Amino acid sequence: MIGAGLTIVGLLLVLSLAAAVLPNGPKSPVVVYGASTALCSVLATIGFAVLAASADPVGLILPIGLPWLGAHFRIDGLSAFFLLLLGIGGAAASLYAIGYGRHEHEPHRTLPFYPGFLGAMAVVILSDDAFTFLLSWEVMSLLSWALVLTHHRAEDTRQAGYLYLVMAGFGTMVLLLAFGLMAGSGGSYDFAAIRETGRNEMLAAAVLMLMLLGAGSKAGLMPMHVWLPVAHPAAPSHVSALMSGVMTKVAIYGFVRVVFDLLGPLPWWASPVVIVAGALTAVIGILFAINDGDGKRVLAWSTIENVGIIFAGLGLAVAFRANAMPGLAALAMTAALIHAMNHMLFKSLLFMVAGAVLNATGRRDLDALGGLIHRMPVTAALALVGVTAISALPPLNGFVSEWLMFQSVLQSPQLAQPGLQFLVPAAGGVLALTAALAATAFVRFFGVIFLGRARSDPAAAASEVDRWSLGAMAGLAALCILAGVLPGLLIDFVGPAVEIASGDRLVSQTSNAWFTLVPLPQIDSSYSGFLVMAFVAIVGGGAAWTVHRIASRGVRRGPAWDCGFPNADPITQYGAGSFAQPIRRSFGPVVAARETVFMPPPGDPSAARHAASTTDLAWRHLYTPLIALVGALATRANSLQFLTIRRYLSLVFGTLILLLVGLATWN
Amino acid sequence: MELIGNLLLQGVQMFLVLVLAPGLTGLVRKAKARLTRRRGASVLQPYRDLWRLMQKEVILADNASWLFRVSPYMIVAATWVAASLVPTFAIGLEFSWTADFIAIVALLGSARFFLALAGMDVGTSFGGIGSSREMMIGAFAEPAMLLVVFTVSLVAGSTQLSNVVAFMQSDAVGVRVSLAMALVALVIVALAENARIPVDNPATHLELTMVHEAMVLEYSGRHLAMIELAASLKLLLYVALIGAIFLPFGIGPAGTGFAGLAAGLVFFLVKLVGGGLLLAVLETSVAKMRVFRVAEFLGAALMLGLLGTLLLFVSRSL
Repeated sequence: MIGAGLTIVGLLLVLSLAAAVLPNGPKSPVVVYGASTALCSVLATIGFAVLAASADPVGLILPIGLPWLGAHFRIDGLSAFFLLLLGIGGAAASLYAIGYGRHEHEPHRTLPFYPGFLGAMAVVILSDDAFTFLLSWEVMSLLSWALVLTHHRAEDTRQAGYLYLVMAGFGTMVLLLAFGLMAGSGGSYDFAAIRETGRNEMLAAAVLMLMLLGAGSKAGLMPMHVWLPVAHPAAPSHVSALMSGVMTKVAIYGFVRVVFDLLGPLPWWASPVVIVAGALTAVIGILFAINDGDGKRVLAWSTIENVGIIFAGLGLAVAFRANAMPGLAALAMTAALIHAMNHMLFKSLLFMVAGAVLNATGRRDLDALGGLIHRMPVTAALALVGVTAISALPPLNGFVSEWLMFQSVLQSPQLAQPGLQFLVPAAGGVLALTAALAATAFVRFFGVIFLGRARSDPAAAASEVDRWSLGAMAGLAALCILAGVLPGLLIDFVGPAVEIASGDRLVSQTSNAWFTLVPLPQIDSSYSGFLVMAFVAIVGGGAAWTVHRIASRGVRRGPAWDCGFPNADPITQYGAGSFAQPIRRSFGPVVAARETVFMPPPGDPSAARHAASTTDLAWRHLYTPLIALVGALATRANSLQFLTIRRYLSLVFGTLILLLVGLATWN
Repeated sequence: MELIGNLLLQGVQMFLVLVLAPGLTGLVRKAKARLTRRRGASVLQPYRDLWRLMQKEVILADNASWLFRVSPYMIVAATWVAASLVPTFAIGLEFSWTADFIAIVALLGSARFFLALAGMDVGTSFGGIGSSREMMIGAFAEPAMLLVVFTVSLVAGSTQLSNVVAFMQSDAVGVRVSLAMALVALVIVALAENARIPVDNPATHLELTMVHEAMVLEYSGRHLAMIELAASLKLLLYVALIGAIFLPFGIGPAGTGFAGLAAGLVFFLVKLVGGGLLLAVLETSVAKMRVFRVAEFLGAALMLGLLGTLLLFVSRSL
């Protein structure tokens, strides 16, 4: 299996090189994306097969890379699960791109990097030594950076690319430190040796914090999230889908692999950091999603929210594991991993929807859209599945992971530490608030784009997208429904991964009657997505049939009522800004909301104006001072450039003395 | 045979909530009219309204999409399924394990989601204002409700409502501060979710302050009937829920005989009447609040729910 996986990776890299020399014609995108679809499907199949067979881990050492180390690869339950996630996400995005890519003006800016990006992510998942892991992590970052810069002529995109590069460099540097700490002095860098090395709790906690910074910066954990809402939307939509849906999950894989598999026992007091960071990221992320006026940026902020939810689940798993409760750790870990899979499904779908809307209208700002349900009926229906799923509403898949998360929050009384006992329910309350706010954000997203009347001419003239794109979106929507109705299958599937990460797994769910979930048999809390779906369908259909049959079926079209004063101008509809107003007022300080009203003085016939803005407090309180500090230091250091030769020589001498003194005291 | 009996019992529950729901709405309206010294329409008026609305043709706005036409049935289905899963006269029904307390809250969330979307579909400013404010209310009410769920299920040890009710009926409960807080929070949430005074006014029209009515302004005929029915079902659900958790008297235990079921039914009716009258008294004695004060009102529910949960960690007996 590992051989097959690496062969696919090799083919993806070859495809990347081939794409660089392919002629710049209309056929090349079809070839590259078609081949990527096929290769990703094989990756998904490999992951599926390993999980279905509960196969033993298989390793492989290739004589490439560092001469004394070689490159170690390994596939086990955890990597198989993420390989499956990558395969599905990659295949769907590539299939979508066959249609979407036709609209790119400069396909050769995307094509050479796209398959390599997929391949690099696969190598991160399959690697089994620190060198291969970090190298492929860096390749993944750089290729995605190149993809972000596809439309590099826009000033925004260039800034986003620069910011992304800085944050990715920071992340890799922190990961390097983390692996250095884990290997210790004279330690080996392959994962098997790292796993065997004993280390004390302080060191383990330090590595956890570094991983939180390093993997968290790639996944979008606050306050390292600042690049994500600008970089993810800047890329072409199928790349945005991959970055938000899959790459953030690769980062989460890195965190889970290191913290839960390689690191060994962690102290309980490390868990509150993860839980608090996750819960705060979730709620602040979704508040920004509600207030943003750009469709793709709304989705990027919502990615930050979902990453927060996943990290909150991982933090719970750390807490339960530190208290020697592997069963409950498995519950929290299952919730986190299933949420990772679910988020890949619906976020990829929604980015594709945003891309379809962008292609059809050329607009990304919500306030230019509207009424697309009439012009793009299939996209609208698929988008409806996506927004229902991401709002954690039953019977779709988002609710399943939410429900599992709440079930593990409710087990917190079993934790021994009073601090955690208080923290976990509070975090549960924050997660509940996040779920409700997510529904608000996506009613706004769907309502402003697809419902109502068109707010601009391009929106009024939009037409449905091509079949490839629709096929990819339909596939993801079907998986969203399937994972919501038959969650037991997914839970059994993720079992081997959960067992590696938490030491235990949930009882098999597929044998329960009516596909019901009973995660902890001793607690006896249950939920059956299948029955809820069936009941709602039967009752709703039955009600409609009965009413039409016995009462009335007449329909007449007429102008809108609107309390007797319908206004023909579409601008009078509720738009993105007005829909967000109640939430902006209620949560103003969190998003630093400002509303300015300009009223012309009496007698002045010019129009009154209203403007609302939000500010990311991480920028204001962390990055702006940091940038100012770096700037000030650089200015100071600038004077070093203009010294005389005597001063340079004395500086060198002084440094030498300092180093010798340091060496002497060290020994 | 036993399975048929169980299925029958589940069917009775579904039928019961559907049939009683408009009556409860009528009762509240009648009581409010009497309290304000009006005669008021008959308690049966909502049934007549529903029947009349259903027989009228639907007038659809020119711009209305399929979502607008499907939503009423989705909303009534989600609300009805949720209401059927709340214990009314007996627990341990055949499908009671389909969805736990969390899932019932989320099902109501689904209904709200589709109602808000339908409000935005025609593209009028009233529809949008209603949807936006409804989602704001939901953003506070839903987490408050989930914290009530946390409190109750931490006390009872399960999120399954049948288990919760069975625990509440036992002697192990006693008097607990946290449950009292949960009760207050749940009442506040119930007022907000059912668009009652002081959050919203179910009797208003043509006012900028309305929320629920603004959303459904474009609905007519059988669609409006479905929305009204769903609103009645939701009111019944909350009264039944408060009754089942905090006043679990008379609810038949799993597998009880005919006499137990009949007694449960009588108790249920008494609870409905009591709840309806209390709601009428409350609604006539307070004024509606400004829409941006609703956040504070519901924030109080949120804090009470959180306090109730946290108190349980101070001492398991609080």
